[in-house]
Amino acid sequence: MVSVAELGTAKKNTWCPGCGNFAILMAFKRTIAELGLKPERVVVVTGIGCHGKMGDYVAVNSFHTIHGRVLPLATGIKIANPELEVMGFAGDGDAYAIGIGHLPHAIRRNVDLLYVVHNNKVFGLTTGQYTPTTPKGMKTRSTPFGVPEKPMNPLTFALSLGATFVARGFAGDVEHLTYLFKEGVRHRGFAFIDVLQPCVTFYNTYPYYRERVYRLEDSGHDPGDWEAALARAREEELSEGEKVPIGIFYRSEEPTIFDEMPHLTEEPLVRRELRVDIGRFYREFR
Amino acid sequence: MGPDLTVMIGGEAGDGIRQAGLLMDKMFVRGGFHVFSVFDYQSLIRGGHNYHLVRVSVRPVRAPRRGVDLLIALNEDTVERHAGELTTGSILLYDSDSVKDLSGVGPAKPLPMPLRTMAREVGGPLIVRNSAALGALVNLLGYELDVLLEVLKRQFKPKVYEINEKAAKRGYEYARENFESLGVQLRFRGDEGRLVVTGSEACALGAVAAGMKFYAAYPMTPASPILHYLARIQRDADIGVIQAESEIAAINMVIGAAYAGVRSMTGTSGGGFSLMVEALGQAGATETPIVVVLAQRPGPSTGLPTYTSQADLLFAIHASQGEFPRIVSAPGDVEETFYLTAEAFNLAERFQVPVILLIDKHITESFTDVEPFDLGAVTIDRGKIIESEWRGPGEYKRYLFTEDGISPRALPGTLGAIVKQNSSEHNELGWASEDPDNARKMQDKRLRKLIAISEALRGKSLEVWGDPGADAVLLHWGSTRGAVYEATERLAEEGLKVRAVRVIYLWPFPSEEIVAELRGAGRIIAVEQNATGQLAKLLRMETGIQVDHRVLRYDGRPFTPEDILEGVMEVM
Repeated sequence: MVSVAELGTAKKNTWCPGCGNFAILMAFKRTIAELGLKPERVVVVTGIGCHGKMGDYVAVNSFHTIHGRVLPLATGIKIANPELEVMGFAGDGDAYAIGIGHLPHAIRRNVDLLYVVHNNKVFGLTTGQYTPTTPKGMKTRSTPFGVPEKPMNPLTFALSLGATFVARGFAGDVEHLTYLFKEGVRHRGFAFIDVLQPCVTFYNTYPYYRERVYRLEDSGHDPGDWEAALARAREEELSEGEKVPIGIFYRSEEPTIFDEMPHLTEEPLVRRELRVDIGRFYREFR
Repeated sequence: MGPDLTVMIGGEAGDGIRQAGLLMDKMFVRGGFHVFSVFDYQSLIRGGHNYHLVRVSVRPVRAPRRGVDLLIALNEDTVERHAGELTTGSILLYDSDSVKDLSGVGPAKPLPMPLRTMAREVGGPLIVRNSAALGALVNLLGYELDVLLEVLKRQFKPKVYEINEKAAKRGYEYARENFESLGVQLRFRGDEGRLVVTGSEACALGAVAAGMKFYAAYPMTPASPILHYLARIQRDADIGVIQAESEIAAINMVIGAAYAGVRSMTGTSGGGFSLMVEALGQAGATETPIVVVLAQRPGPSTGLPTYTSQADLLFAIHASQGEFPRIVSAPGDVEETFYLTAEAFNLAERFQVPVILLIDKHITESFTDVEPFDLGAVTIDRGKIIESEWRGPGEYKRYLFTEDGISPRALPGTLGAIVKQNSSEHNELGWASEDPDNARKMQDKRLRKLIAISEALRGKSLEVWGDPGADAVLLHWGSTRGAVYEATERLAEEGLKVRAVRVIYLWPFPSEEIVAELRGAGRIIAVEQNATGQLAKLLRMETGIQVDHRVLRYDGRPFTPEDILEGVMEVM
């Protein structure tokens, strides 16, 4: 079994001191250690943005892909070799702006992946432009007169599409985050976790969330109740910022794409015999 | 020279033209003839005009010829559109229940048949009139009705077959009673067991034979038939096929699967390839072996979706930002498509680069007869792959600097190895690195692979034929091969000494070999299915050699040998 310390690399970390990414990285390492996963069987896919450097900081397989494409890339890896634990990490720009087109389909496929969004509600690495989750009216470098658009709610979005695991974490609560990641990895199907992640340089939301965040697990919420999940997902909007629930909003057991297409994974594609006698297909050509 | 006949069947979308054409192809091939046939259709589902043009010959043919010897018209529109292709001696077999106006048919001999009525009389839907027409065709050509019936039997379920059998026999009898046999007769020559396949099927089968286990694509004409065929055979072929939400998703899935160690492919046309461009660069930067089929159609933009073109050559070679090695190959016909697709996987894995297979509608959707593919000729070479365990020396480095630029490739899951791939510039370990010294070294390492690739492709990049002491050389690539081949023969008959040079591997550009072939070769004439002569431009860019003339066709319709003959005669 690998320890959290052994999961580190010699790569110098370049995140800002106090960045919410540290908590996500720690929760991730603890998840691997506590679930006893073998590092060579874990693959991390990251997108473009501050979060994207995570692959360098953890001693597991990784693929630092282009902007917005974490989901299709991770899907391809999982289809090729379902014995790998494939975990996608994306920023809010990555996941909800340029890459949003992939999310509905990953949900519909219910492909067995963990998908964590580092949602700091701002573009950090490109120095502070707005993203689809930035509050309306906020002044950023690209919106000097304030963001003109309504922010999107990733949780209601995922719920409306029939996601089988919908959770929200907070980078100020590593212990709870580790719990969510572990549950997400255990979930059979697509596990979507939006993480409220303060950006200490461009949008420091620590004080805001510390005051408002509460754990769903302590509130009697039933994650099997979709209507209740939807109501909780809207709680921050409906309470005008009074309360921000974190935890597992919804969880259900549904067929994955591998159940629907058993020939994809009966034997992992990566281990199949390469030689196929194509003579058996000739009949229709005569 | 035996018979070389062009038969066309035309009607509306929904009339079953493609099926009727395919039945004709199979019927002739089962009798020992060779066929090349083009299915011409428009971007619509009902109405409009479709035709299937079958060229049937005693020798292999790979291009349509100009003119139609026998036109089967299911509607008036077909007669109007194709009357100009009929000449003295041509036959017009038409559905006299549907076609009333024969003005403008010219010298062709009209043979009326009440096909609609016949379909009704045998108790079938309208579409069975095709079988009645084929029955009549068989009689006119002195061919064997049994061969047609055998083909119908293999095509249809028993109940459907019964009706079609009745229709075919009825058509045969009708022709026997009412028409004279044609001057040209196709006598059964014996079944040689050849297959009738499209380029799409050849491409798909080449991939399966080479061990491709994953195909992801988004529908786009004329690459969709590859998706359809692979999707249909996926269980028997032991592969996974996914229709992705976009071409961007498709290529990224393929890159993910290839990283995980599976031979993977995607296919699309120019518009979809445009969307794939960023990820193509990712495959280059991360050194992930993928195969991308680019089935060209005329652009710009949506262009002519169901027609053919060779206008994406320079795009394929240059697509994506930065500089990275890639391989671009362009098979010249359906048969070669099988073998080059299979080989694309070896090249991708040996050199850890993206390989683009540049084909077009003229290949993916044309039918031709081929020998059953030679599986002995399909080798599998996965290059520097680490199969199960990394035993060192030292820590595994995905991007280890090596002399040939190719690093040993471990797959995620390999014991003792952590495999890090990175689209950002990276060090040997795969960690992002902005160090200038590393950046230069890593770029050099990747580009060094081009030297190894060129070495491996030496002797395979060109096909050359014709007279060594020729006055002119026809420089071409891809699916124009068939038409160029016949044009060189016909030019020789006209007393012109002509040579042909076809570029098979277009990138890395085989400069040395081409220069050797073109030196003292007389006038260079580029023959291309595009408006600007892209191979000619590439030749100039890479060798400084300027072609003397260009013979170009860019109306979406494939070259005929006659087009090239005339184009060359004009400039010689």
